[in-house]
Amino acid sequence: MTEPIRLKTPISDRDVEKLKAGDRVLINGIIYTGRDAAHKRLTDLLKEGKDLPFDIKGQIIYYVGPTPAKPGQVFGSAGPTTSYRMDAYSPLLMERGLKGMIGKGMRSNAVKEAMKKYKAVYFAATGGAGALLAKRVKKAEVVAYEDLGPEAVRRLEVEDLPVIVVNDIYGNDLYLEGTKKYRKE
Amino acid sequence: MREINVRSITEKVRELCMEANTDLGNDVLQAFDRAMEKEESPLAVEILKELKENARIAKEEKVPICQDTGFTVVFMELGQEVHLVGGDLTEAVFEGVRQGYRDGYLRKSVCHPFTRANTGDNTPAIIHTEIAPGDKVKITIAPKGGGSENMSRVTMLTPSDGVEGIKKFVIQRVKESGSNPCPPTIVGIGIGGTLEQAALLAKKSLLRPLGSKNPDPELEKLESEILTEINKLGIGPQGLGGRTTSLAVHILMMPCHIASFPLAVNIQCHAQRHKEAVL
Repeated sequence: MTEPIRLKTPISDRDVEKLKAGDRVLINGIIYTGRDAAHKRLTDLLKEGKDLPFDIKGQIIYYVGPTPAKPGQVFGSAGPTTSYRMDAYSPLLMERGLKGMIGKGMRSNAVKEAMKKYKAVYFAATGGAGALLAKRVKKAEVVAYEDLGPEAVRRLEVEDLPVIVVNDIYGNDLYLEGTKKYRKE
Repeated sequence: MREINVRSITEKVRELCMEANTDLGNDVLQAFDRAMEKEESPLAVEILKELKENARIAKEEKVPICQDTGFTVVFMELGQEVHLVGGDLTEAVFEGVRQGYRDGYLRKSVCHPFTRANTGDNTPAIIHTEIAPGDKVKITIAPKGGGSENMSRVTMLTPSDGVEGIKKFVIQRVKESGSNPCPPTIVGIGIGGTLEQAALLAKKSLLRPLGSKNPDPELEKLESEILTEINKLGIGPQGLGGRTTSLAVHILMMPCHIASFPLAVNIQCHAQRHKEAVL
């Protein structure tokens, strides 16, 4: 296994151009959380011509609904949720500058096309590794939709958050290629 | 009659909810080890290592293995010589779930189907009760995550579909589920009974320890054949390619109606959580 690539957020088109499906990446810096309900609210704002509660340019959204943090813990267990439920909302967010998404599971063709068009990548974090991933979160604060509880949008400061590039801007898809490589007839 | 106060059931349910969500069974950890030995994909081996490390952290720090701490499924075997006193049994179980999810800092993941408003305390729980001989109460808590449950299905095959029909349906289901149910998975299969009984058998089959054999040699053979086919699909851990798509296939079967051939597939993610206690 080659060593993972360290990536500092916010990320630029140049950063995205260097990433290829199959690369292991350690993310450092600020990322935002958001899942089903938050995505609906964010895209509704954009459709109404309003501003988002945070600047989305160059940012990464992590699809996660954590467990409540225990006393003394920065963040509760925080593995990725399944991404296809965000497919309807992601292209508009990429059009407005979103550069990365972290989740698990395959994306739609529309999302993959938008990634090529707007230069964005899709990362997989290990589903179910919630305790391990939580330890890489150094700071967490709610920036919007506190009423949504685990689904609120949070700003996280992460250190070496381990992810894998699944979809790059060149049209590669590790879910399809990985499965094909190990399939036996 | 032996008297058991339902307060002790509340207390036990509370403990088991917290334990099940933080302490992954040794049978699962050993299944990860066996998978690593056979795995051909270096990335898949890295993922399996991450899962072991995750389980270690969760157990040591008493934090949830996965953020999806599940819908609480409760299996209860009530001894017929037990007299429950001190209140309503269902409410006692719900109270145990409420306390466990609150005190264990577990995520509340139960909501109204239409409005999606969260019930706030992870109740109601799903309770399956059986009457058993004896004067004990056995409680099993099995939190079930949404991602893998969403990939599960029940179908009514035609009797002429035979064993081949079972294989075809199950393998197709795992293939279509791809990376969504957090592979490596455990595939629970319920055959026979009625529509709801097949689903319940599939869920119950997941409680059998990994690495144990099906007591029915015919089903043991079928489990092994289906597992071999599933692991040829190449989906691998997290769906990123590899040999380990499923850790095990478990089957429970019972007779069915002369016109029917019910089949249920309950997919379980690698966080195969369940804990039991006897009162």
